[in-house]
Amino acid sequence: MIGTQLIDQYARDISDEKQASVIDGSSKGTEKRYSSLHKDYPDPDALRKLAAAIKDHTLHHLEHYLDKAEKSLTSRGVHVHYASTDEDARQTILSILRSHDVTQLTKSKSMAAEEIHLNPFLIENGVECLESDLGEFIIQLDGDEPSHIVKPIIHLNRRDVAKTFLREGISEKYNDDPETITRQARVHLRAKYMQAQAGITGANFVCADTGRLALITNEGNSRFGMAPVPVHIALVGIEKVIPEEKDLAVFLNLLGRSATGQQLTVYTEFINGPRSANQPEGPEHMHVVFMDNGRTDVLASNCAEILRCIRCGACQNVCPVYRQASGHAYRSTYGGPVGAVLSPILFGSRFPELADLPKASSLCGACNEVCPVDIPIPDLLLRLRDKAKRESVPSAGAIPMSPFATLATSPSLWRTAMTMSKAMNHLPIQVAPIKPLQEWLGQRTLPESHGGDFRKWFKTHKS
Amino acid sequence: MANPIARPLNKRVLLMGTCLCDAFYDDTAKATVEVLEHLGIAVDFPDNQTCCGQPAFNSGDWVASRKVARHTASVFAEDLPVIVPSGSCAAMNFHGNLLQFEENPDPAIDSLAKRTWEIMDFIYNGLGVKTWQGKFKKPTRIAFHRSCHSRGTGSGEATLKLLESIENVVVTPFGQDEQCCGFGGTFSVTFPHISGRMGSLKLDHILETHPDILVSGDMSCLMHLSGLAVTQGRPIEHLHAIQILRNSLA
Repeated sequence: MIGTQLIDQYARDISDEKQASVIDGSSKGTEKRYSSLHKDYPDPDALRKLAAAIKDHTLHHLEHYLDKAEKSLTSRGVHVHYASTDEDARQTILSILRSHDVTQLTKSKSMAAEEIHLNPFLIENGVECLESDLGEFIIQLDGDEPSHIVKPIIHLNRRDVAKTFLREGISEKYNDDPETITRQARVHLRAKYMQAQAGITGANFVCADTGRLALITNEGNSRFGMAPVPVHIALVGIEKVIPEEKDLAVFLNLLGRSATGQQLTVYTEFINGPRSANQPEGPEHMHVVFMDNGRTDVLASNCAEILRCIRCGACQNVCPVYRQASGHAYRSTYGGPVGAVLSPILFGSRFPELADLPKASSLCGACNEVCPVDIPIPDLLLRLRDKAKRESVPSAGAIPMSPFATLATSPSLWRTAMTMSKAMNHLPIQVAPIKPLQEWLGQRTLPESHGGDFRKWFKTHKS
Repeated sequence: MANPIARPLNKRVLLMGTCLCDAFYDDTAKATVEVLEHLGIAVDFPDNQTCCGQPAFNSGDWVASRKVARHTASVFAEDLPVIVPSGSCAAMNFHGNLLQFEENPDPAIDSLAKRTWEIMDFIYNGLGVKTWQGKFKKPTRIAFHRSCHSRGTGSGEATLKLLESIENVVVTPFGQDEQCCGFGGTFSVTFPHISGRMGSLKLDHILETHPDILVSGDMSCLMHLSGLAVTQGRPIEHLHAIQILRNSLA
C-alpha cells in the first residue's frame, strides 16, 4: 500500500528546536568542509579518488592486510583478537577486562562500540564505563543515542546540555555558556580518568606495515584515557586497516577537512603498542579486537564500496533528508546516507525492518560528491531498493510499477493517455480519494496539461 | 512550419522528448528542436518513445524499469546522438540503465548510453559552442538551479557558461546551491513532508536574490518548485535553459 514512510513521519514529528539544531550543525559542517578542502587543494576530487582506490585495493586484499597487521601488532607486543559477531566482541572485551580485574574504565568515542552497544553490556556486567568524549558523555547522561557520526549531540543545543548538567549534578546552577559547560565536564571527567583501570578506544586507521594505530580526536580525551591506566583495548572494524603508514597522508588530510573543516584535528595520536621498557608511562597491556560483525557479508554483497567509509559524517551534513529528519530517524547506529546503506546490510537480520532506509533519498547525489572516499551512495541505495523488491520485503510507500511499465511499453496507449491527460485541466483531481495524490496536490499547483501538443507541433513542423 | 532561426542542416540527431514535455512542457521540447535546427542540426522525434523508465527504476522495481529501458533502446536504436532536454532522463540512459543491467549487460542498452547527451552538454561540449550569440532586450536576472542529475557531468558548467554569455543576462548565485530541490520523482509522493520542506528551503534561497526567471535543466525540478511557489502565493517565472537560449534569438 502506498503510505507515508517512517522517516518522513519522523521529520514531521521532530520538534522545531531539535530540527533547527540539526540543520544549523549540518549546514555549517558542509560549508566548512567545502572551504577547507578547496582552500588547500586545487582538485580535491583527485584526492578523493586516490583515497577510494587505496581503500578498494585494501578491501580486495583484506585477508592479506589483516594478516600483515596482526603480525606487525604482535611483534610490538599487542594482543590481537578477532570477533566475528557483536556478541563475540562484547565477550572478548569483557574477558580481557576480567583478566585484568578491571571494574572501572573510560572510553573514548567509537562508532564500533556504539554498534555493539558496549556500554550497557559492560555496565550490566559490573564494569563502570564512562564516555570521555564530551558529546558522548552527554549522550550517556541522557540515556540517548548519538545522532551523527562525528557530532553525536548535533540534535541538542547548549540549553539542553545545561539542563542535563544541572539535573545530573555536574553543575551546581544552570549555566548554558559553552565554555562553562566544557569546563564543568572537564572537572568531572578528570577525576574519573585517574580512577580508571583501563581505557577503551576505537581506531581510525590501522597501518598494516607497522601495526601502528592512528586515532584522531579534538578533545585529547583518548590520550588522557590511556595515560594513567595499565590496560588499553582498541575495538576496530576489520575495514579500518590500511596498507602503509604513508597512506595516512591521504586519509588524515581528507578526514579532518571532510568531518569538521579542520586541516587536522587537534589531536592525532599514533599508538605504537604497549609501553616499552624505556617509556615512563602508558598502558603495559594493549589489546586490539578486530571486529567483523557483518562486514564480510557486506564485502561479498553488491554494496561493498560502503566499507571504504572513514566515518567523517560529511554525507550526513550535506544530506537534505538527514537535515530534515535527524539521525535518530534512521533507527540504527549509523544514520544519514551512509547509514541508509550500511545499517540494513551490516545488521543483516534487520534488513526487513530497515529496508525503508534506502528509500529515504531523492537520489540527489550530494553525498557522493562530498564523500572523501567517493562511495557511490546513490547507486548503492538503488541496489538495495532492488534487493528489497526482489526479496519481496514489504515496504510502506511502495508504489506499484507494473501498470506504469505496461503503459510505457505500449506507444499507442501512451499517446492516447497523453492526449487524455488534458482532461485533468477540467477535472477536480485534487478531490480524488487517493491520499498521496491529495497530499501532493495540497502542497503544489500542477501545471496545465499540454498532453500530446509537442507531437502535434512536430508533425506540422516537419511537413 | 519552418523554423525561422534555422541554419542549413548537415547533421542528424534523435530527440528524446521526455514524458514531462510530452504531458506538460511542449514548449521546452519545441525550443530544443528550434535551437538544434538553428545550429544546423536536423532533428527526428521517434514517435514510439514514451518514458525513460525512471519512476520504476528509482522505486526499485527493476523488472518493470528494464522492460521500459529495452523499449526505449529499441525506439532509439538508430546509430545517432540521442538528445534529451533533461539531465535526469539523460542520466537514466547513460548511468541508471548501466546499473540495472550490470548483471546482464545488453548491447542495445550500452549503445544508447554511449549516444545519449543532455542538451546543454551537447551544445557546449559536443558541438563546441562555447558562447551563445543571443540577447535579451532588457537586463534579466536568472537564478540557475543545477539539477542534481547533472552532478559529475558537463551539463552544469555548460549551462552556466552559455547562460552567462547571453547579452543582458545576469546569473544570480544563491545560497546552498548544492542542495536538492526535493522532487526526486516518486520521492515527492512517498516522502511528502520532507520533499515539500526541501522545496520550500530551495525557494527561500532562490527568491532571496529576486530573480526574474528561475532556470534549470530539468522540468521536473521546475514543476515541483513552481508548483510549491504558486500554492505558497509566491509564483515565479520558470523556464528550461534551452528556452532561454531560444528566446534570446528571437
